[in-house]
Amino acid sequence: MIEVQHLTKRYGPVTAVNDVSFTVERGEILGFLGPNGAGKTTTMRVLTGYMPPSEGKAIVAGYDVLEQPIEAKRRTGYLPETPPLYPDMTVREYLTFVAKIKGVPRKESKSRIDEMMKKTRIDDVAHRHCGKLSKGYRQRVGLAQAMLHNPDVLILDEPTAGLDPKQIIETRQLIKGLAGDHTIILSTHILPEVSQTCQRVVIINKGKVVAVDTPDNLTARLRGSETMYLQVDAQGADAGAVLQRVAGVTRVAVADTKQQIVGFEIDSETGHDVRRELAAAVVGRGWGLLEMRPMRMSLEEIFLHVTTEDVAAQPAVAEASHE
Amino acid sequence: MSNILALAHKEVKSAFSTPIAYVVIGFFALLWGWFFWVSLIYFNQQSLQFAGPEGGGANINQQLIRPLFLNASVILLFVLPLITMRTYSEEKRSGTIELLLTSPLTDFQIIMGKFLGAMVLYAAMLLVTMIHMALLFSYGNPEWRPVVTGYLGLLLMGGCFVSVGLLISSLTKNQIVSGMVTFAVFLLLWVINWPASFSGPTTQSVLNYLSITEHFDDFTKGILDTKHLIYYFSVISFGLFLTARSVDTERWKG
Repeated sequence: MIEVQHLTKRYGPVTAVNDVSFTVERGEILGFLGPNGAGKTTTMRVLTGYMPPSEGKAIVAGYDVLEQPIEAKRRTGYLPETPPLYPDMTVREYLTFVAKIKGVPRKESKSRIDEMMKKTRIDDVAHRHCGKLSKGYRQRVGLAQAMLHNPDVLILDEPTAGLDPKQIIETRQLIKGLAGDHTIILSTHILPEVSQTCQRVVIINKGKVVAVDTPDNLTARLRGSETMYLQVDAQGADAGAVLQRVAGVTRVAVADTKQQIVGFEIDSETGHDVRRELAAAVVGRGWGLLEMRPMRMSLEEIFLHVTTEDVAAQPAVAEASHE
Repeated sequence: MSNILALAHKEVKSAFSTPIAYVVIGFFALLWGWFFWVSLIYFNQQSLQFAGPEGGGANINQQLIRPLFLNASVILLFVLPLITMRTYSEEKRSGTIELLLTSPLTDFQIIMGKFLGAMVLYAAMLLVTMIHMALLFSYGNPEWRPVVTGYLGLLLMGGCFVSVGLLISSLTKNQIVSGMVTFAVFLLLWVINWPASFSGPTTQSVLNYLSITEHFDDFTKGILDTKHLIYYFSVISFGLFLTARSVDTERWKG
């Protein structure tokens, strides 16, 4: 549905996006992740036809954004970082104007607007001026605007920025509900958002793609080996030595101690589930097994890992910490 | 076409939902009314002086309407930058330009929409002057032809100012800069032929040709000369063409 091939964008001497390639399948939600200034907005602006690429090409809904911009734009909805609202129009007037320039047939226009206002929960401010709306409402009017002409592709630049926690959850649900009918790219620098809404993640840093995968795979891939956290009340005995002898365990390290209670970090071979053996070893000796849970590298850590340059020297696991 | 109209409608509506349209039209009406009153008094005096025993007197077209039209062109110089300065600058500043440029619209449609919107606002402004013209027609008997060509001239001259104003507005996101530069350029286009009287024949004709107001003069006399029509249409198209280039360049620069 969206195909980005070797996209490069330069602003004078500055290269904002450098040889970025990725594809998005129909109905998929792709998370576009990166620190501020990584080139997310620039990439999105190229995809929406706001600006042409310096090199490479972008194909949206089967149309090259540079060669057939009108056709591509007809099938794209875009929510820029700041919602593009006219302050002196009411919400309804604004959406009516947008419907006209986006080519929504006149007959469907009104019902379409009503539907979108309901979906984005802005029907209660229909007659308020856009300039007088709170940030949350502005964002949602922007979202309604992007979806108004029922585009195949939705490109959302930080759709949850400026919303309160309740609105964030509502917006995420709304976006999730749109997947399937629509292909969605959303950018964010909030990591949980990606794991909660997106099927695939592109991590971009300094204009380059550093990782493309599903949130789960990314987590797994960077883990390398499985790590467990185990809290044991060994009544003073050397539990570490016992755990080390369990088959499949490659490393045991003490993470914390509280009097007799010791917390261990235990690495095991990938694919080798050692939970039963660990539990048996502890309980069999009459010790107290207080806690056992898998330690995953959170997306935050993956993100830091792939966007920090000198991480190659440090193994990913070493950076994993308690969640 | 429907896109152009939608954009033009938006422009006009936004001008009327903010104080801008009312201030611009109001003050134009005030200035024009003042000029009208002063010219009328002056015309009355002249009429009395020139009137002979068998009637006659001053020519209302030559002595009253023509100077009024020429005065109007001066008011335009101040008022039109106020209309055009926000067209692009405001969209750029507020980010709504992103909506326009990512909607299925061509640059041509966007520019024509803005041009048309500004022209409608300008025409609404000229509409006010119709009241005074109606007064003249009901109490006097001016020739209608120079009045019609005068209005046509005003529209065309205004069109030139608007297209140049659009161009300047497309270059900056600061409305004050846009307004000030537009005003300076208009003024320059107006006074560019002032050195004509003391320069050589070639320079003289070039300078006179370039002056926007010089071409307006014939319209006020009731003369419809293709030379002037071509000049005005060229300036309008050139201004709009450069605006298109400017928008496109902006896009490539990012």
